[in-house]
Amino acid sequence: MSDQQVEKYYVPDQSPWPFVGAVALFLIAVGAGNFVIETTKGTEGYGGITLIVGLLTLFVMLFGWFRDQINESMSGMHGVQLGRSYRQGMSWFIFSEVMFFAAFFGALFYARNIAMPWLGGDSNNAMTHEVLWPGFEAVWPLVTTPGGTTTEAMGWGGLPLYNTIILLVSSVTCHFAHVGLEEGNRKKLIVFLGVTILLGCGFLVLQVEEYIHAYREMGLMLTSGTYGSTFFMLTGFHGLHVTLGTLLLIIMFLRILKGHFTPKNQFAFMAASWYWHFVDVVWVGLFMFVYIL
Amino acid sequence: MSSVAEEVHHDDDHHDHHHTPGIKRWLYTTNHKDIGTLYLWFAFIMFLVGGAMAMVIRAELFQPGMQIVEPNFFNQMTTVHGLVMVFGAVMPAFTGLANWMVPMMIGAPDMALPRMNNWSFWILPFAFLILLSSLFLEGGGPNFGWTFYAPLSTTFSNDSTALFVFSVHIMGASSIMGAINVIVTIMNMRAPGMTYMKMPMFVWTWFITAFLLIAVMPVLAGAVTMVLTDKFFGTSFFNAAGGGDPVMFQHIFWFFGHPEVYIMILPAFGIISHIVPAFARKPLFGYASMVYATASIALLSFIVWAHHMFTTGMPVVAELFFMIATMLISVPTGVKVFNWVATMWRGAMTFEVPMLFALAFIVLFTIGGLSGLMLAITPVDFQYHDTYFVVAHFHYVLVTGAIFSIMAAAYYWLPKWTGKMFDIKLAQWHFWCSLISVNLLFFPMHFVGLAGMPRRIPDYALQFADFNKWISLGGFAFGLSQLIFLALLIKACRKKGDSVPARVWEGAEGLEWEVPSPAPYHTFETPPVIK
Amino acid sequence: MSRGVYKWATLLFSLLSTSVFAEGKSMPLNLTKGASDISAQVYDLHMIIFIICAVIGVVVFGAMFVSMLLHRKSRGVTPANFHESTTVEIIWTIIPFIILIGVAIPAANTLIAMEDPSEAEVSIVVTGSQWKWHYKYMDNDVEYYSLLATQQEQIYNKFEKGENYLLEVDRPLVIPTGKKVRFLITSDDVIHSWWVPAFAVKKDANPGFINEAWTNVNEPGVYRGQCAELCGKDHGFMPIVVIAKDPADYQIWVDEQQAIQLAAKEEEQKLLAMNMEMDELMSVGEKVYTSSCAACHQGSGEGLPGIFPALKGSPIALGDVSKHIDVVVSGVSGTAMQAFGKQLSLKELAAVITYERNAWGNSTGDTVQAKDVNAIVKGQ
Ligand code: HEA
Ligand code: HEA
Ligand code: HEC
Ligand code: CUA
Ligand SMILES: [Cu+2]
Repeated sequence: MSDQQVEKYYVPDQSPWPFVGAVALFLIAVGAGNFVIETTKGTEGYGGITLIVGLLTLFVMLFGWFRDQINESMSGMHGVQLGRSYRQGMSWFIFSEVMFFAAFFGALFYARNIAMPWLGGDSNNAMTHEVLWPGFEAVWPLVTTPGGTTTEAMGWGGLPLYNTIILLVSSVTCHFAHVGLEEGNRKKLIVFLGVTILLGCGFLVLQVEEYIHAYREMGLMLTSGTYGSTFFMLTGFHGLHVTLGTLLLIIMFLRILKGHFTPKNQFAFMAASWYWHFVDVVWVGLFMFVYIL
Repeated sequence: MSSVAEEVHHDDDHHDHHHTPGIKRWLYTTNHKDIGTLYLWFAFIMFLVGGAMAMVIRAELFQPGMQIVEPNFFNQMTTVHGLVMVFGAVMPAFTGLANWMVPMMIGAPDMALPRMNNWSFWILPFAFLILLSSLFLEGGGPNFGWTFYAPLSTTFSNDSTALFVFSVHIMGASSIMGAINVIVTIMNMRAPGMTYMKMPMFVWTWFITAFLLIAVMPVLAGAVTMVLTDKFFGTSFFNAAGGGDPVMFQHIFWFFGHPEVYIMILPAFGIISHIVPAFARKPLFGYASMVYATASIALLSFIVWAHHMFTTGMPVVAELFFMIATMLISVPTGVKVFNWVATMWRGAMTFEVPMLFALAFIVLFTIGGLSGLMLAITPVDFQYHDTYFVVAHFHYVLVTGAIFSIMAAAYYWLPKWTGKMFDIKLAQWHFWCSLISVNLLFFPMHFVGLAGMPRRIPDYALQFADFNKWISLGGFAFGLSQLIFLALLIKACRKKGDSVPARVWEGAEGLEWEVPSPAPYHTFETPPVIK
Repeated sequence: MSRGVYKWATLLFSLLSTSVFAEGKSMPLNLTKGASDISAQVYDLHMIIFIICAVIGVVVFGAMFVSMLLHRKSRGVTPANFHESTTVEIIWTIIPFIILIGVAIPAANTLIAMEDPSEAEVSIVVTGSQWKWHYKYMDNDVEYYSLLATQQEQIYNKFEKGENYLLEVDRPLVIPTGKKVRFLITSDDVIHSWWVPAFAVKKDANPGFINEAWTNVNEPGVYRGQCAELCGKDHGFMPIVVIAKDPADYQIWVDEQQAIQLAAKEEEQKLLAMNMEMDELMSVGEKVYTSSCAACHQGSGEGLPGIFPALKGSPIALGDVSKHIDVVVSGVSGTAMQAFGKQLSLKELAAVITYERNAWGNSTGDTVQAKDVNAIVKGQ
C-alpha cells in the first residue's frame, strides 16, 4: 500500500464547519435532554426549540462541509490515497454502527435466553420464581410479563414479510445502480437508484403502518415488557437508519442529476450504497431474531 | 523496530503555512499538531477539575462524621470525578498524544481526515459543559457512580439523567470519530517502507486501542440509550417486572467498561516502550512479542467483563469462566513488563525526568496489575469487591499507570513540541513530590479495603479513621504537586528555556526526532522513505 | 506454598497492625480468617495469591533495580545490543501460566462450595431497600426491619461517636451456630449488596431476583457488615449486624420473637377501637418520622429539591387525608417512595401521618387514627 504514494496528500485548509458541527451537537444534546424531560414530565421549557435549532445547525454544517468537499473533489484535489482514507473511514464507521446494533441484539438475547428463563426459575434462580414470581410462565414471545402486563406478539407474515422483500429487492437495485455508474450507463444508474429510493420510502410507510397497528390493535407498545422494548428499540433504530439511508440516496440522486460522479470518482455514492447494504443486512438479522424466531 | 529515515525533508521554511492568527486558528484548525495541543490542554484542565472533586472527596473523608458536604453531593462528586477523569482527562490526553505523534512517527503529513479531527475535539468541551453544568441544576447532577447501574440510574435517579445520557452520547461520537481517524491514518498514511512490523510501538498500541474504541463506544451509547428509555419512556430492559434484569445493564456496561480500561492503558504501554529504550540506550527487547502481547490483551479484554460482577449471582460456571479468562490477561501483560526489564538489562541507563516517570510507571503499574490479579480470584473478590481495595487497584493502574505515562510522554516530547528544554529542576520536584505523595495516597487504601471499608461512602466507622487521615493528606500533597506541573507547562508554552536539537534525547529513535525542534507546522509533506 | 513463608507474611501483617498504628481504634491490616470454614478458606486463598504477587514483585523489581544500579551510564558501561530471545520469551510466558493454573484450582474448589446453598437448615429472606434491611425467617413467623441505630447527632459531630459508630442497628439478624443458614437475598428498589466479612458472604440484592448465599458459623458472636453496592444517598448508612447464638439460645430467641410478633398483631386489633390524643400522636409520629422518613424528606420536612419532595406545605400533606394515607401506605410505584403499610404498625402510620400534617407549620389540626389507616389498608 505505502509504495504507491506519489501524489501529495491533500490536507484541507482551516474550516469553520467542524466547530459549527460541535455547536450543533451541543444544542442537540442540551435540547434533546430537556425535551425528553419536558415531554415526559409535562413541564415547560425550551428543549424542543433548542433541539430544532441544533438540528438546523447540523444541517447547515453538513451542507457547508459537503459543499466544500464536493468542490475540492470536483476540482481534482482528492487523490487516490485520500479516496482510500474515505473508504476506510466509512467502513470503520459502519463497523461502529454494527456494534451499536449489537448492543440491542445483545439485550434481546439476554432478555430472552437468560433473564426470562431465570424469572421462570431456571439456572440458579429457583427461588426467584418460587418466592417472587410464582405465577410467571417463561415463554417467548413474552406476551405476559412477570408484572402482569399483557400484549400480543407480532407475527412475521404480512407487513414484516413484505418489508423484508422490499429491502432485499432494494439492495439488488442499489447494486445495479452502482453497476450502472461503473459502466458509465447514466440511464441505468438513474432508473435503478430511483427505484431504490422508492422502495426505501415504501419500507418506511409500511413500517409506520405496522407501528400504528401494533399500538392501536395489538396493544404492543414500548411499555409492554421486554418484548415490546426490544421490538420497538430494534426496529425503531433500524427505521431511523433507513430514513438516513434514504436521505443519503436522495442526495446522491440529486448530485447525479447535476452530473457529479464518474466511474473513477464516486466515493460518496459508494458510501451511500454501502450504508444501504448495511441497513439491509441488519434488517435480515431483525427479521430472523425479532420476528421469526 | 528499525525505522530509519533514508532521506529527510527539512522543508519547513518554504511551507510556513498561513493559519489565521488568534482564536480562529484554534477553532477552525485542521492541523494535527494544533489539535493535539488542544486535546492535551483540555485533558489537563479536566484533570484539574476532576482532581478538585477528588479533593472534595478526600476532605470529607479526612475524618469520620459528615462535615463538608451532604451525602447526595458526595455521590455526585464521586460520580463526576470518575467520569471526568476517565472521559475527560485520560482518554483525551492519549488522543492528543496520538494526534501529535502518530503522523510524525509514521511519516504522514497530517491525520487522514483533518476536518473530522477538529470536529472530534470540539465536541468534548461542549459535552463536559453539559455534564458539569448539570451539577448546578435543582436536584443536582449524576449521583449513581460512573458505572451508573440501573435501576439507581433509571427509576431512582433525578431528571438531569437525560442530560447525562446525551452528553455521554456526544462524548462517544467524539471518541469514535477520533478513533476512526487514528486507525485510518495508521492503515493508509504510512510512509513508503513503513511496514506494519516496523511501526513504532506507540503507533501499534494506538492502532489496537482505536479498534477497541470503535468496537465498544457504540455499546456504551446503546447502554445509555436503554437507561434513557427505561427511565423516561417505560421500557423494561432493566426491570424484572417487565421481564428484564438489572444485571443485564451491568453486562452491557462492562462489555464496554472492561475494554475501556485497556483503552486507558495500551497507549501507556506504547509510551513506555519508547522511553525505556531511549534512556537505556538499547533497542526494545522483543518488539514482535510486544505487538502480539498487546493484541492478545485487547482480544482477551472482550471476554472478561463479568469479573466486575462476581457478586451479582451469576451461575458458578460463568464465574469460573470469567475468573480464568481474567487471570489469563496477566500472561501477555507480564510479557510486556518482562520485556521492559530486559530492555534495561545491560543497557547504559540515565535518569532524565521522562525515564523517572517511566520507571515509576513500571513498578507502580505492576503493583496495580498484581492487585488486579488478586481481584480476579472470584472467591476472594467476594471480600474485595466494592471496597477500597478495588479503589486502590484502579488508582494504581490509572494514576500511577495511565497518568504517569502521560506525564512521562509530556516530558519526553515537550522539547520537541516547544523547541525548548523544560525547567528540569521543577520537573524533578514534580516527579519526586508526586511519587511520594501518590503512594501515601493510594497504598494505604489496600489496607483500608482489606479491613472492610466499602467504597462510595461519605462516612465510615472509627477504626478506619487513622488511615483515611493519611490518605487524605497524601491526596492533598499529590494535588499540590500537580500545580508544579501546571507551572512548568505554562513556562514551557511561553517558550522559556534552552533551545534543543532535533534529536532531543541522545538515545531516542524514530522519525519524530528527525524533524527539527520545535516541530514545524507541517512535517513530512513529502513522505520520507524508510529502509 | 511452604508453611514458613506463610507464617512470616502473617507475622509481618500482625506486627504492622499492632505496633505502628496503636493509637485510636486499631484496624486489622488484612482480611481475617472470619467465623466459618469457608471464610477461613477464602483467607487462605487470599494469602496464597498475595504471597505469589509479592514474590513476583520482588523478582521483577529486583531485576529492575539491579539493572538500574549496575547498568547505568554514569558507571561508564557500554550498552549491549541484544533485543530478542525466543527461549527466554517462551519461558516467561509459560511460568506465569503454570502459576495461574496452580491458583485457579483451589480457587475453583472454594468457589463451587460457596455457591452451593442446598440442604440448608435455616432459610432467611434478606431484602434491601433504601436504606434498611428486612429479614424474614422462612420457617417461622418472624420478620422485621433492621435500621441504622447511630444517632444523627453523632454523624453530624454534635455528640461523641460511640464505639460501633455506623456499624450498629436497632434489630440485628439472629442465626444459629453450627447450622447451614441460607440467605435469599433480594431488593425492593435499587441494587444493594449484603456483606458480612466474617462469613465471606457478599451477594448483591437485585430487585426482582433472588440470589442465594449461605454460611455455617462456628462461634457465637456479633458480626458486623455493611451494604456494599452504591444504592443512593444513604448507601453509607445501612449496616448489617448478625448475632450468632448457639442453637438452644437461638431457639429461645425465635420462640420469643414469635410470641412478641403475635402479641403485636393482637395489640393492633385492640388499637382500632381506641383514639389517641394529638400530643401522643405527635410525639410518636416524630420518632417514626425521624427513623423512617427523614432520610429522604429531611428532618425539616423540606426534602431535597428535585429528588425528594418537601412535605412542608405539600398539597398532599395539607389536602385530602385519605390521599395522604394512601401515599404513605402504598407508596408511589416507580419512585423511591416505598409502601410503608408493611413496614410500620397502624399506630405508627397514624402517628406519622398526623405528624406530617401538623409539623413545620403544616397546621391542618387533623388527627389520624389507627382505624382510619386500617380502613384504607383494608379498602385495597
Ligand atoms: C488502566 C486501567 C486498568 C487496568 C490496566 C486494569 C488491569 C486489570 N484489572 Fe482492573 N479495574 C480498573 C482498571 C484497570 N484494571 C478499574 C477502573 C476498575 C474498577 C471499576 C469500578 O468498579 O469503578 C477495575 C476493577 C477490576 C476488577 C473488579 C473488582 C471488583 O469490583 O470487585 C477486577 C477483577 O478481576 C480487575 C482485574 C484486573 C486484572 C486481572 C487486570 C490485568 O490486566 C492486570 C495484569 C497485570 C499484571 C498481573 C502485572 C504484571 C504482570 C507480571 C509481572 C507477570 C507475572 C504475573 C503473573 C502471571 C501472576 N480490575
Ligand atoms: C484516570 C482516572 C482517575 C484519576 C487520575 C483519579 C485521581 C484521583 N482519585 Fe479517583 N477515581 C476514578 C478515577 C481516577 N481518579 C474512578 C473511575 C473512580 C470511581 C468513581 C465511582 O466510584 O463511580 C474514582 C474514585 C475515587 C475515590 C473513591 C470515592 C468513593 O468511592 O467514594 C477516591 C477517594 O479517595 C478518589 C481519589 C482520587 C484522588 C485523590 C486522585 C488524585 O490523583 C487527583 C490529583 C489531582 C488533583 C488534586 C488536581 C490538581 C490540583 C488542583 C486542582 C489544585 C487544588 C489542590 C488542592 C486544594 C490540594 N477517586
Ligand atoms: C427512600 C426515600 C423515601 C423515604 C424513606 C420516604 N419517602 Fe416519601 N417520598 C419519596 C419520594 C421520591 C416521593 C415523591 C414520589 C413522586 O414522585 O410522586 C415521596 C413522596 C411522599 C409524599 C407525597 C408528597 C408529595 O407532595 O408528592 C408523602 C406524603 C410522603 N412521601 C410521605 C412519607 C412518609 C410518611 C415517609 C416515612 C414513613 C416517607 N415518605 C419516607 C421518598 C421517600
Ligand atoms: Cu444499600 Cu448500599
Ligand atoms: Cu475489568
